[in-house]
Formats: sequence, C-alpha cells, structure tokens
Amino acid sequence: MRHLLSAGDLSRDEANLILDTAEEMRSLADRPIKKLPALRGRTVVNLFFEDSTRTRISFEAAAKRLSADVINFSAKGSSVSKGESLKDTALTLQAMGADGVVCRHGSSGAPHLLATSGWMTGSVVNAGDGTHEHPTQALLDAFTMRRHLGSLDGRRITIVGDVLHSRVARSNVLLLSTLGADVTVVAPPTLLPVDMTAWPCATSYDLDAALPKSDAVMMLRVQRERMGDAFFPSAREYTRRYGLDVHRMAQLPDEAIVLHPGPMNRGMEITAEVADSPRCTAVEQVANGVSTRMAVLYLLLGGSEPAISTARTEPANGHAAAESAAAPTAPAEPASAEPARTEHARTEENK
Amino acid sequence: MSKILIRGAKILGGEPRDVLVDGETIAAIGTGLPDQGVTTVIEADGEMVLLPGLVDLHTHLREPGREDSETVLTGTRAAAVGGYTAVHAMANTFPVADTAGVVEQVWRLGRESGYCDVQPVGAVTVGLEGKKLAELGAMADSAAQVRVFSDDGKCVDDAVIMRRALEYVKAFDGVVAQHAQEPRLTEGAQMNEGVVSGELGLTGWPAVAEESIIARDVLLAAHVGSRVHICHLSTAGSVEIVRWAKSKGWDVTAEVTPHHLLLTDELARTYDPVYKVNPPLRTEADVLALREALADGTIDCVATDHAPHPHEDKDCEWAAAAMGMVGLETALSVVQHTMVDTGLLDWAGVADRMSARPAVIGRLTGHGRPIAVGEPANLVLLQPAYRGTVNPAGFASRSRNTPYAGRELPGKVFATLLRGHGTVMDGKLT
Repeated sequence: MRHLLSAGDLSRDEANLILDTAEEMRSLADRPIKKLPALRGRTVVNLFFEDSTRTRISFEAAAKRLSADVINFSAKGSSVSKGESLKDTALTLQAMGADGVVCRHGSSGAPHLLATSGWMTGSVVNAGDGTHEHPTQALLDAFTMRRHLGSLDGRRITIVGDVLHSRVARSNVLLLSTLGADVTVVAPPTLLPVDMTAWPCATSYDLDAALPKSDAVMMLRVQRERMGDAFFPSAREYTRRYGLDVHRMAQLPDEAIVLHPGPMNRGMEITAEVADSPRCTAVEQVANGVSTRMAVLYLLLGGSEPAISTARTEPANGHAAAESAAAPTAPAEPASAEPARTEHARTEENK
Repeated sequence: MSKILIRGAKILGGEPRDVLVDGETIAAIGTGLPDQGVTTVIEADGEMVLLPGLVDLHTHLREPGREDSETVLTGTRAAAVGGYTAVHAMANTFPVADTAGVVEQVWRLGRESGYCDVQPVGAVTVGLEGKKLAELGAMADSAAQVRVFSDDGKCVDDAVIMRRALEYVKAFDGVVAQHAQEPRLTEGAQMNEGVVSGELGLTGWPAVAEESIIARDVLLAAHVGSRVHICHLSTAGSVEIVRWAKSKGWDVTAEVTPHHLLLTDELARTYDPVYKVNPPLRTEADVLALREALADGTIDCVATDHAPHPHEDKDCEWAAAAMGMVGLETALSVVQHTMVDTGLLDWAGVADRMSARPAVIGRLTGHGRPIAVGEPANLVLLQPAYRGTVNPAGFASRSRNTPYAGRELPGKVFATLLRGHGTVMDGKLT
C-alpha cells in the first residue's frame, strides 16, 4: 500500500490490517500519554483545498500522536488557474520533502492526480475528493461498527441520504462490501446515481422497509441547498420520508447502532433525540477517526515495524523507517501480533 | 507551373493507376503515364491509397484570441499533415466570429497560410450567447461567404432563436450546425452520465441532454423546411433520432468525431483530463452504434472537433481542465483503425465520409470532388500499411492534447496536394 486513494483499492486483508492496527492505536487513547515515536522525523502535510476543520484536526492529531512533523497547508484554489496551483503546490511540497500528503480537494480525482502525476513522491491519503471518496471516513465507520457488532461479515448495513453527492457513501459501500457486509443504500431516487448496477450494494427508496433489517444505519448529511436543484421538494418532506426520528429508530433491532459522519443537520436527516441517544455513535466515530488515521499514516509511512513495539529501538527505527518508505512497501506485519505495551509510551513523552 | 506525377496509386483503394497533376488540376489518369516535363514524381508503389483531400466541418483554430493554443497557420499545417485540404474554422474565438469583420479576418489568414483552405463558420448568435441573432447575412455576403453557422461550444437552446436561425439561413442556402446540449441537464457536467460517473463521483452529462435537443431541432428543421446539421453526435439514441428524421426525408445531416468512434468513458477512470471532451466519451455500446451509423450513412461525415488547449489547461485536476482534444493529425488513422480495418467502410466510403459529404454540407466548391481528369487537384496520398505510435512531440499543431499519445495507430499521410501544390511531401510539411 503506497497511497490510500479509494476504499475500493483495499483488499479484505489490507482493510483488516488497518482496522487491527487502529485497534492498537485505540488502546493509546486510554493512556495518560497518547504518543508514539513511530513517525518521528517524518513530515506529514495536511493539504486542504476545501475547508474541513473536523477532518483536518483528526489527521493532525493522528500524525502528532505518531510524532510526525505536521504542516497544515490550507490552499484554497485560485479561481483563475486551479490546475497550476495544484501542480505548483505539489512541486512545493515535494521540494520541502513531504513524506505524506493528506489531501482534501473539491475536485473528484485530485488526490489520484497527486499520486500519479509524478509531481511528488510522497504517499497520498485521500481525505475527501469532490463527490468521489473519503476512504478514511469509511475505515473509521467500519472500525466503529466492528467495535459494536464484531465481524461485519453478513451484517446488514443501511446507508441513508444523499448518495449521489456523498463521498462517504461511495467509500463505505466499497469498504463494507469488501468486509463482507450486506449494504443497502436508501435515498429518494433523485439522490442516487442513475446507474448503480456496478455498485456492490442493494438500493431502496423505502427507509421504513429497510430499518427492521439493519444492524447499523448510517445517516448521511443532506445539504439544504439541494432543494434549489429540485432533488426534493422541501426539507420537511425529506425529513418525513428519510429522516431518522425515535419512532423510526424503534424499528431497528435492539443492538443496532446509528452512525453519522458529521456534521449533523439536526432536525433534517436526524432528530436531536436520536443524535443524543446512546445508540448514536457520532461522537465515538470522531475518537475512532484519530485511531484509524493513525493506523493509515503508520502503515503508509512507518514501514514494516509493528507500531507499538517501535518505541524501544527508537533511533534505529527512525532510520529504518526512512529507508522503507523510500520504496513502495508491502503492507506492514499485523501490528496486532505485537501486544501494546505501556512502557513504550513513556519513552516518548515530549510534548 | 509544376507537374506532379503520382505513380501507382490506388485511387479510392482500387487498382493502381498513375495520376498526373498539371498546375492546379488533374490532367491525366492511366497506367504507364510518361514523366516528360514532370517536375516531381511520387512513387506510390502500388500500395498507397489516393483520396480526395479531406474536408473538416469542425475545427477550432483558436485565432483570433487564443494563439497560445493554435493559430490559423499552425492549425492549417496540422490539417495538411492529417490529409486535409479544407477546414471549417469554428466561431468560438475571441472576439467571437459573429461579424463579417472577424470571419473575413480568419478567411484571409487561411489564404495567407497556404496549407489548407479555411472556411470560417459564423456564430448563430451574438457572442455565442444564444440571445440575439448575429448578422448571418453579412457573414454570408462577406468575402468569406459563410454557409455554416454554429454556436459550437454552446447550444442554441432557445427554441425560438433556433427556429428563426433555421428559417433565416434558407435565404443563402446556409445551414445551422447545432451543438446539441441541453444546458440545464448538463450544469457542471464532467463526463458521460452512467456507471462510471457514478463510481468516480464526477457530475454526469446524460445522453438525453443531447438527444432531446436533436429531436427538437430535426422537428424544427422539418417544420420550417430548412436544413440542420448535428455536430459531434455521440450517443446511440442520437443515431436513432437522426435515422428516423432521414427516413422522413428531412434535410438533416450529422457528424461524428474520430474520438467518439474509438474511446469510451472507461478512460475517465484515470482522471487524466486528456480524456475530458464535450460531448463526453460515451460507452462501448454508443461507440459501436456510431460506427454502424457512419457505415450505413445515417451519420454523414467524420469531423475532428480539433480542440487545441495549452498544456496548463490539461495538466490539472479533472474538473478544472478544459474540454477537448486535438484531432486533425490523427483523424484518418483513427478512421482507418475503426472503420476500414474493421471492414465497416472501404476507402471509397472514407472519401465520401471525410471529403465529399462534408464539402456538400459546407457548400464548398472545389473540394470533395471525384478524382477525375479536369477536377481540382486536392488530393491526399496515404500509406495504409504503415504502423506507428502517436508521438505528440512531433505534432504540427501548437497543442499536444491528444488522447492517443503512445497508442499504435495505422496509416500515415504521405502527401497532401492543395490545388496541385504539395503541402505535405514524403510525409513531411513542405
């Protein structure tokens, strides 16, 4: 794994490796010192062409907890020549020696272009591109579901909302199907792509029919401005037909959970009661996002050493990591093979 | 006065013959023609195919205004390399070719270039804005004698404006060439709407946006008794509508681009904007329908939609990139590959679809003529057995945005004669 551009690029083994590694990273969160030396000396650039405070700080926290140097590059594209600015930005980052670039861009495929254009050699993580994909969101969602439901194999997962414009939905459908889940997307017909024959999921227009058969339901953010393009007649009608309120939530099986990638439109796709209920994992997803992104950055940039055990031989490891990242490397050994050990965190207390 | 003897050329793919060009006209056709007094002998070796010089109904020469991507000179040089002796220069220049002054300027630049006749296309509406008819009559009466009118790049979407334009051009035997794209259905559109656009998260350009305009316009043309030409037809559904309109006897013609005969929207998966074009690359089913329609004559002709762009306009993310691809220098090779080598069209058919019919639609005299004694010597001699890899660095065009870079394509233009003058000889510009 050299880049993370699409959730569809991950094999089941690779996806599980990331999720298992994230589980290791998650264990750090319960410690007083939440930092590992794994990416010490590596530079991670958060290259955000779109505003996204949540995703950016999540990646920033993830990289910092791995001791990487983090540069936040908020580069809103100039309206005159966006293309030149992307290329020149990439060349600039290359000249600065960015090992990893976390890219959020309004244009679908922009991270793909960064990874394949030859403008730069660092690893590229897609942090959301246009209406295409947001693979780390899918990974953190899968991670969250796995913690509640166990293996996702055969689990029934329903994704509800603006699938047409949702990069979260695309990445989730691809990843969850890779992990063996039965995915159904539910939306008004206007908010589904016209031809979904190649999507590894079922589609439905009827939320009430799907809920009793759902182990997890993911509510997508629906932008009110879509009304202007006649995707639906009114916010109230959308809420009536596709919003999740307590009555609909009651149709879910008892152990089922409700996910939301945030930010939530309370009163639109989800009511406040559902959002604040214990079954809604929205806040937990944020915490899991940091662990998952740590796992992704570690596996892309950290080389072949298990994450948690690296602290012990820190100087040598820093060197080895630099070497291993210079060439495309096979996925790291499963970090889960190496149990987390608290003493390692102690050695890396710089703050 | 030069005399050129072409020895052993397969005229329209037939038996090898010698062709003597004296001055601007074809003086003799036969076997064993003597070479006395001949200034240049071209050996076709019984292998090369002789066609009438190609005619393009749809070329963007970019001058005036975007000389960074192409000029009339560089564009006509590219045309000559591709075997063209006449091109129609589209109106979306800066300023727009919506007045007699601009079309005469382009026409004069073409005459000065000497590589290819340039027939300007006039805009249908002022500034291509679709609101107010441009002075079509002034352009028709100008030295450029404009007969083809198009807002290409934009659709004449207002039904009343389109109706009036169709009616008005009847007075001087003009034709409106429609860029069929319903604007509301294609706001922000990036690629063909279908399986691939849904996966890639790129805004779709649905086939119905093209087909609905074509359906309306063939009905309008029939209603007012005028002729309409459909630019760069790209979908199987559009083929069905044109086929139906022709079955009614309506004066409807259509063109297809080389790229729509070969490439599909699967290429968008690379996110490489070199494949971004308007109308977009469609599906394989569309490609096959277009080939079949070109073969059976439903689609009248091949037009390049040669659309040069500077490197920086393609060296960027997909959504920010310009639409279009260059095509003049590869069109004949792509047509050979998709139509001739597949057995769908013979060389006589290629001559019809790439020379005779576009000349008739554009009302060009002196082009698209039969290869016969007394006819103007607008000719292209090609080597169909040639196999080569497309190398944009060698293009005569000022731009390099070809989707075929590195692709092996058959055929090469060996010589192009414009009224007896070799614009390309030995495969090279003169």
